[in-house]
Amino acid sequence: MQFGVFSVSDITADPTTGRTPSEAERIDAVVRIAQKTEEVGLDVFAIGEHHNPPFFSSSPTTLLAHIAALTSRIILSTSVTLITTNDPVRIAEEYAMAQHLAKGRLDLTLGRGNTVPVYPWFGQDIRQGLPLALDNYNLLHRLWREDVVDWEGQFRSALQGFTSTPRPLDDVPPFVWHGSIRTPETAEQAAYYGNGFFANNLFAPNGHFARLVHFYRERFEHYGHGTKEQAIVGLGGQAFISKRSQDAFDTFRPYFDAAPVYDHSVPLERWAEASPLSVGSPQQVIDKTLEFREFFGDYQRQLWIMDHSGMPLEMVLDQLDLLGAEVVPVLRKEMAARRAPGVAEAPTHASLVRARYGDGEVRQPRPNANRGDNVTGTSPYRDSDPARPAVYPVLR
Amino acid sequence: MTREGMTRELRSLVVINGGIGDPSSSRRLADKIARDTVAQLAARNVDASIRAIDLGPLAGEIAHAIVSGFPAGALLDAISELARADGVIVATPVYKAGISGLFKSFIDILDDDLLVATPVVLTATAGTARHALVVDDQLRPLFAYMRALSVPTSLFAAPEDWADPSLSRRSRRAAMELAALVAGRVGASMAEAGWDGYQHSFGSQAVHRGVQIDGDVVDLDTDLMRRATGGI
Repeated sequence: MQFGVFSVSDITADPTTGRTPSEAERIDAVVRIAQKTEEVGLDVFAIGEHHNPPFFSSSPTTLLAHIAALTSRIILSTSVTLITTNDPVRIAEEYAMAQHLAKGRLDLTLGRGNTVPVYPWFGQDIRQGLPLALDNYNLLHRLWREDVVDWEGQFRSALQGFTSTPRPLDDVPPFVWHGSIRTPETAEQAAYYGNGFFANNLFAPNGHFARLVHFYRERFEHYGHGTKEQAIVGLGGQAFISKRSQDAFDTFRPYFDAAPVYDHSVPLERWAEASPLSVGSPQQVIDKTLEFREFFGDYQRQLWIMDHSGMPLEMVLDQLDLLGAEVVPVLRKEMAARRAPGVAEAPTHASLVRARYGDGEVRQPRPNANRGDNVTGTSPYRDSDPARPAVYPVLR
Repeated sequence: MTREGMTRELRSLVVINGGIGDPSSSRRLADKIARDTVAQLAARNVDASIRAIDLGPLAGEIAHAIVSGFPAGALLDAISELARADGVIVATPVYKAGISGLFKSFIDILDDDLLVATPVVLTATAGTARHALVVDDQLRPLFAYMRALSVPTSLFAAPEDWADPSLSRRSRRAAMELAALVAGRVGASMAEAGWDGYQHSFGSQAVHRGVQIDGDVVDLDTDLMRRATGGI
C-alpha cells in the first residue's frame, strides 16, 4: 500500500491574510512539499497539469525530474496528465525521459481534464474528448512497448516507422493509472490493458465512485489480468489534521470557505461527515480512511490533497508531519491487518521489472548506427525484433 | 420488485406532490386520481400500492442536490421509489404563472432516463382559472423531455373546480387512462423492448426490469467501448 499527496498546483490567496504568493514562491513551495513528503516517510508525490492561471503546473515532467534529483525514495506521479490535449508521442517521450532520470521512480495518471477552454488551445475539440482520450492512450501504449510503430488513428497524423526515444527504462514502461469519476469507457480501457484505475474521491458522497471502481475490477478479471480483488485501485481524498478535532475545523474553515470546488450551501461539518473530506484529529482521519476500504475493497494507493486553497507552506509542512507521524503508520498497520490474501502489491518499477524478466537479463536498448539520413534502417535497435521491421516512407 | 404476482398482480403508484400546504390542494387532487386509479386497477384484477412523495419536507435536500449534483438521504430514497414506480401522478401548484420552482428542481435532479416509458398523469392546482394551460404548456413538454408516457387527460383545478362534478369525471378519465397503461404493462413492454435505444448514463438510478442499471449492465457493444479496447 502506497500513501502520498497530490496537488492541483493552484496559486490562491491565503484567506486569513489576503496575500497571494507569486508563481516563483509557489513553485518553490511545491518542491519543498515534495521533499517533505519523502522526509516524513510517505511514498508518493503527484502534481496536476493545468494550462491556465491560477495554476502553475503546465510542465509536470520538468518539475518531477527536478524533484527526482532532490529525493531518493518517493515515487513521482501526476494528478493528472492530460491524455486529451497532449500529443501521445510527446507524453511517450517526456515521461520516458523523466522515468530514466528518476531511476524508475515515476508513474503517471491519465485523465481528460475538466477545463473546457483548454481543448482549443491545443487544437482539439472537447466534443471529441472521450474518443480522443481513448485513441491517444491506445497509441501511447504501443509507443512504449514496440520499438517501431506504424499508426493510423482518427485524431493525429499517421505514424510510419516511428520510434519513441528514449525507450522506457529497462524497457519497462512507467506504470499507468487511468483517472475517472464517471466514465465506464475509461474504466474499461484501464481493465483491458491491466493498468491501474484512480478515482479522485473528492467532492461527492462517501462511496460515490464505488460502482465505477467495481466495474473496473470486474472487467480487469474479465480480461484475465487476475481476480477482481487483484485489480490495481488508487483513491484520492483531502485531509486536514490537528491534534484536537475542533482545532482542525477552526483552522481549516477559512480555507474550505475560500475553495470554489465545494458546494457551500452545505456546512463544512456535513462535508466532513458525508464526503471523503477528512477533517479532525489523527484518529478521525484514520477512521475515515479505513472506511474507504469498505466501499472500494482493498486498494493500492491513497493520495490526499494537503496544500489546497491558499494554505501557507509552513502549515502544509506541519500537516505533512502529522500525516507522516500519526496517521499513515497506523493506516499501514491497520490496512495490512485487514487486507485479504492475494491482493496485489502497489506497482513499482522494481516489481514491474521482476514481473517482466524474473531472474533473466534486463533489456538495455542500444541503437544501431545513424545511416546518415536520421533514419536507422529496418531495425532501430541492435536487438529489435527482426520479424517486425520498420516500414519507412520512401526518401527522395 | 415483483411485477407478476402469484394470483393477483401488484403494481406501485407514486404521487409526486409539489404542494406545500397541509392540507395541500395539489396533494388532494393527486390522491383523488390515485384512489380512482386503484379502483380502476382492481376492476382489472390488479392490486396497487400508493406511495406519496411530498416535496416540501425534502426542499432542503433538493436545493443541496441542485448545487452539489448529488441527492442524499431521504431524497435518494424517494428517487429510488420513483424509479420503481409502475405509474406516477404528479401535482404542482402554479406560482407566478408557472409550475412550482421546487417541483421543477426535483425533476431537474432526476437522471434523464429515470422515467423512460413510465405512465404519468399530469396535474396542477392554482388560485385562479387563468392558469389553466400551465399543465399542458409546461408539465407536458417537461415530461416529454423525460420520455415519460403522459396520459392524454391532464387535470387542472382552480378553487371553483372543487365544487364542479366535472373534476371528478376528469379524474376518473385520467385514472382510466393510467390504469389501462399500467394494467396492460404498456410502458414496461416498451422499456423491455427498447431500453438500449434510449440514452443512459453510468450511475443512473433508473431501474430496468427490476434491476438498477449498474456496472454489470454497462453496454459494451458501442464504438467507444471498442475504442477503449484498442479499436478505432
